[in-house]
Amino acid sequence: MSDVWSQYSEKVMEHFRNPRNVGEMENPDGVGHVGNPVCGDIMELYIKVKDGIIVDAKFKTFGCGAAIATSSMVTEMVKGKSIEEALKISNEAVAEALDGLPAIKMHCSVLAEEALKSAIEDYLGRQKLKK
Amino acid sequence: MRRIYLDHAATTPTHPEVVKAMLPYFADAFGNPSSIYSYGQEAKGAVEEARTKAAELIGARSEEIIFTSGGTEADNFALKGVAYANEHKGNHIITTAIEHHAVLEACKFLGRRGFKITYLPVDEYGLVDPDDVKKAITDKTLLISVIHANNEVGTIEPVTAIGEIAREAGVYFHSDAVQTVGHIPVNVAELKVDLLSISAHKFYGPKGIGALYVRKGTRLVSLMHGGEQEKRHRAGTENVPAIVGLGKAVQLAGREMGKEAERLACLRDKLIKGLGEKIDHIRLNGHPTRRLPNNVNVSVDFVEGESMLLNLDLEGICASTGSACSSASLEPSHVLLALGLPPEQAHGSLRFTLGRENTEADIERVLEVLPGIVARLRAMSPLLKTKK
Repeated sequence: MSDVWSQYSEKVMEHFRNPRNVGEMENPDGVGHVGNPVCGDIMELYIKVKDGIIVDAKFKTFGCGAAIATSSMVTEMVKGKSIEEALKISNEAVAEALDGLPAIKMHCSVLAEEALKSAIEDYLGRQKLKK
Repeated sequence: MRRIYLDHAATTPTHPEVVKAMLPYFADAFGNPSSIYSYGQEAKGAVEEARTKAAELIGARSEEIIFTSGGTEADNFALKGVAYANEHKGNHIITTAIEHHAVLEACKFLGRRGFKITYLPVDEYGLVDPDDVKKAITDKTLLISVIHANNEVGTIEPVTAIGEIAREAGVYFHSDAVQTVGHIPVNVAELKVDLLSISAHKFYGPKGIGALYVRKGTRLVSLMHGGEQEKRHRAGTENVPAIVGLGKAVQLAGREMGKEAERLACLRDKLIKGLGEKIDHIRLNGHPTRRLPNNVNVSVDFVEGESMLLNLDLEGICASTGSACSSASLEPSHVLLALGLPPEQAHGSLRFTLGRENTEADIERVLEVLPGIVARLRAMSPLLKTKK
């Protein structure tokens, strides 16, 4: 395993050791839930939206070091962004912000992107219901 | 930071006495054992002395020991060697769901080439039922292969009972004893095996050397063709320094393993007990008593194994996991799944395997560090709801 760990960048390790925005959110405006126990990664991402801007994001993740680091990074990246801007955040962008991920761990960044998209979809769905 | 190595089932550090014994055979006594001048005969003598020591440890005759490049080659040799030498007798092989990959993949290979493979299930503790073996035997069965003790969960299989069934049915019986030889008593007559795999680096010998015990009269074909080494069973110039190292490791094990097994079992039980007391929602994987003296395998609910390992590594503690996230295949451990664990518990598994340098202080260090790691990871786990 050390072969993969030695490929974890300092930034991945820093976010793994000190993940940002951990926890559940009281009254979120959107919740994304992706992954499944079989593959071993589950992410929950919560967003708070004010006037079309994501003002807060939190996450809970069951998964490896890369899964935790990408969750942490994606919640940092979306804060302050509009819904349109947030939808443009790709998994590559998350991985890049972490100074890269080992090839075998790229799927973790895909999961982070999916969690974000799922939270935004949930938010947009709720907005429709309000109208 | 003091490093605490708790992954001895993966490999062990080579014993200093083993290194010392090997050194003369690189540059001084470097001869080829097949050469008839004194250099060669010196090397030949060292190889034969190691063979005798290895045979003595497992109650075999020295001519029944074939040196290989390790456990994987020994397993492949046993399975493919017996299968292809006995095709006239049948095409059926019986093994278990919890074998080492060296056995499983060799079986899959044979399965793709016309052999029929039966993979027997195990119970929740990882035990194979000898009755299942008996029922699986057909008139086409030519080989049974059952691991002596599982490398992941440490369960010691009822090999003797299976050996009796195999012998009565006239079927060859192989056991992968890579995790047991050098750690607990292994006697080929008692176990009633025809073939048995050994690996030196699992008991403080060097890597790249192992052996296959082949009971006199067992028919098997060679995997390596060339010179007449190893009584034509395995061609290729002998790895003399490594063979000498294996011999020394075997000798040391014979002297020390009884006491060492007792000492490690105490440390093992202290770790199992401590983990149960300090961490809730944790379960022991494998058998509570029929267990290798150095193996602790637990599943910690709500957290994933690699993230625990990575945190332990930051504290200088080396362990292993059956989680998919730590394997190249991204699949959870086949052994834990065979025990009936749901995937999330297989992902949350941790294995600690103890060895000769470990002390009580090492166990205390794990018990001091791990509960905090688990608590921190659980705080971020979506599987554990804190707010309703």
